[in-house]
Amino acid sequence: MALKMQSILSARFDKENSYHIDTYRADGGYETYLETIKGEKGTPEELVALVKESGLKGRGGAGFSTGMKWSFLPKGTDKPIYLCVNGDESEPGTFKDRQIVEFDPHQLVEGVGITCYAIGAHTAYIYLRCEFALGIRRVKDAIRQAYEAGFFGKDIQGTGFDLDVHVHIGGGAYICGEETSLLNSIEGVRPYPRNKPPFPAVEGLFGDPTIINNVETIANIPHIVKNGAEWYSGFGHPEDPGVRLWCVSGHVNNPGVFEIETGFSLQELIDGPCGGMKNGKKLKAVIPGGSSSKVLMPDEVAQVTMDTPTIRGFDSSLGSAGIIVLDEDTDMVEAVRNLMKFYAHESCGQCTPCREGTPWIVKILNRLCTGKGRQEDMDLLLDLASNIEGRTVCALADGACWPLTSIVKKFRHEFEAKVAAATPVGAS
Amino acid sequence: MFPEDVISELEEIRSHYPHAKAAMMPVLHVAQQQKGWLDQETQAWVADFLSVDPIEVHEVVTFYPMLYATPNGEHVIHVCRTLSCDECGARELWAHLKSKLGVERGGTTSDGKFTLRAAECLASCGTAPAFLVDGERHESLSLDEVDALLESV
Ligand SMILES: Cc1cc2nc3c(=O)[nH]c(=O)nc-3n(C[C@H](O)[C@H](O)[C@H](O)COP(=O)(O)O)c2cc1C
Ligand code: SF4
Ligand code: FES
Repeated sequence: MALKMQSILSARFDKENSYHIDTYRADGGYETYLETIKGEKGTPEELVALVKESGLKGRGGAGFSTGMKWSFLPKGTDKPIYLCVNGDESEPGTFKDRQIVEFDPHQLVEGVGITCYAIGAHTAYIYLRCEFALGIRRVKDAIRQAYEAGFFGKDIQGTGFDLDVHVHIGGGAYICGEETSLLNSIEGVRPYPRNKPPFPAVEGLFGDPTIINNVETIANIPHIVKNGAEWYSGFGHPEDPGVRLWCVSGHVNNPGVFEIETGFSLQELIDGPCGGMKNGKKLKAVIPGGSSSKVLMPDEVAQVTMDTPTIRGFDSSLGSAGIIVLDEDTDMVEAVRNLMKFYAHESCGQCTPCREGTPWIVKILNRLCTGKGRQEDMDLLLDLASNIEGRTVCALADGACWPLTSIVKKFRHEFEAKVAAATPVGAS
Repeated sequence: MFPEDVISELEEIRSHYPHAKAAMMPVLHVAQQQKGWLDQETQAWVADFLSVDPIEVHEVVTFYPMLYATPNGEHVIHVCRTLSCDECGARELWAHLKSKLGVERGGTTSDGKFTLRAAECLASCGTAPAFLVDGERHESLSLDEVDALLESV
C-alpha cells in the first residue's frame, strides 16, 4: 500500500494560535459536540456502536477496540461514570500526544465532551504528565475557554446534560501511564497498578465505572462522529484501519510526527518523509512501536507494513507508534542497557520478578558493557526474561522483556564480541 | 503556610474531586512551586488540608521523581538520558553540563544555583537532546545555546 499522509489530527498543528478556541471554532470546532449533546448525532448507544464500527483502536499502546471498551460499561448503573484521558505519554520514543495537547488542545477537549455524552459520564479527568508544562497550560486554557463559551457545566445549552472537565497532573513516573496506576495516582494513593479483574469499566476511579483512553484516541472522536464510521474505516489497512500519528526519532535526517494511514511501508517512511538516514549511514535496527516493542532488522524493515496483522507476522507490534531508528554505528548492547535502566528505574516495585529482575538485567548488561561480560550472560538474560514475562501485575515487566530478548537474539554477535573482548578473570 | 490567593487556588483544586485526598498530586505541585521542595512541615500542612495522615502524603511524595523530599538548588535542570536523546546529543550535553557545573548526577553547584538531574524520556525524542530548566522544556539546542540559556536564568 502506498504511503498516504493525512492532515486530520494534525490539521492545525502549524497554524498560528492553533491552540486558541477561535482558531478551532473557525474550522467548525465544537459543532459536532453541540449537535451530539442535543441528541442530533444519535443516542449514546448509537454513538458507542458508531465508534465500534469505525474500527478505531486505542492509541495508547495496547490497541484495544475503543467502541468495544465503551460497551463494557454496566448498563443502567446508578453509580457515577468517569472518563480518564491518559496523557502520561512516557513510553520512550513516543511524542505524539504532546503535539495534540500543545498545538490542538480543543480537539482533545471536544473529544472529551462527545465521549462523556456517549458513555454517560459527567466528570472527566485529563491526566497529563507534569513535564508537559506548556501542554498543561494549554489544556487548562482550552477547558476554561470551553466553559466560558458555555460548553461545560450544568444543563449545558439547555440540553439537561451536565459535564465537568478537570486536569490532573502526574509526578514523573512512567508507571502512571498504566491505566490502573493512573487511577490510583488520581485517587491520591501510591500509584501501584491494580490486579485485573475487576476491569476499570466495572470498578475504576473511586470504585466506580471508568473508561480510560489515550489522548490521541479521544482526539479522533469528533472526526469520527462528524464524518461517520465508514469514513474512518476506509483509511489504511482493512483489518486495522485508520490514521495514526507516527513518531520517528533517532538517526534519520528529518525526525518528527507524521500523520499517515495504517498499512504503509516502514522503509518508505524512513527514505521519504524522514529524509533517509543521517550522514548517509546504513540502517542497523528499528524499534517500531515504542521502547516496549521487539526490534526489527533492516531486511524486516524493508518488508514490513505498519498495520497490526503485518507487523505481528514479524513478531513485533505497533504499540504507541514510537519508531526509533538506529544506524550502523549504534552499539546494540549499550542501546538495550539504556532501555533496561529505564525499566528498572520505572518499576513500581510491587511484584518481585519485576522489582528484582529488572535491576539484575541491568547488572548483567553493565558488566557486558564494561569488559567483564561472561559467555553465559546471553543465556542468563534470556532465562531471566522468561522468568519475568507473564508473571507480574502489569505489563511494564513484559514491556522490558520484549526489546531485551529480541535484541539478545538478533544481535547475539554484538554480545559475543563484548565477551570476547572482555578481560579474562585473573588477568592483570 | 501559604498566602491567601494560594489557599483559594488550593481550595478550588480540591473542589474538582469527590474526595479531598484525590487532590493530593495537584496540591503537592502547587505547594512545591511555592516552597521549592516538600519539607516535613509542608507535607504535614498538606495532610491537614486534605484530611489525611501525614504518612499518606509521605508515601506519595517519595514515589514520584518530580516531587522533591529534599532541597534543590535555585534552578533544577533535568536532562533526558533515554535512548533517542542519548543517541542524538544527550551524552555530549550531559558531559558538558557536568563539567561546566562541576557536579555529578543529582548534585548542586557550590553557589547553590543549579541542581543537575537525569530524566527519563520527556516525549521530545524527535527534537533531541531534550532537557528541562525549572520544568520548562528546551529542545535541539547546541552546547553554546545551552550555555547562553543558563546564563540568562
Ligand atoms: C507500563 C505502562 C505504561 C503505559 N503508558 C501509557 C501512556 O503513557 N499513555 C497511554 O495512553 N497509555 C499507556 N499505557 C496503556 C494504558 O494502560 C491503557 O491501555 C491505555 O491508556 C488505554 O487507552 P487506549 O485504549 O485509548 O489506548 C501504558 C501501559 C503500561 C503497561
Ligand atoms: S510489573 Fe513491575 S511495574 Fe508493573 S506492577 Fe509489577 S512491579 Fe510494578
Ligand atoms: S528519549 Fe529523550 S525525550 Fe524521548
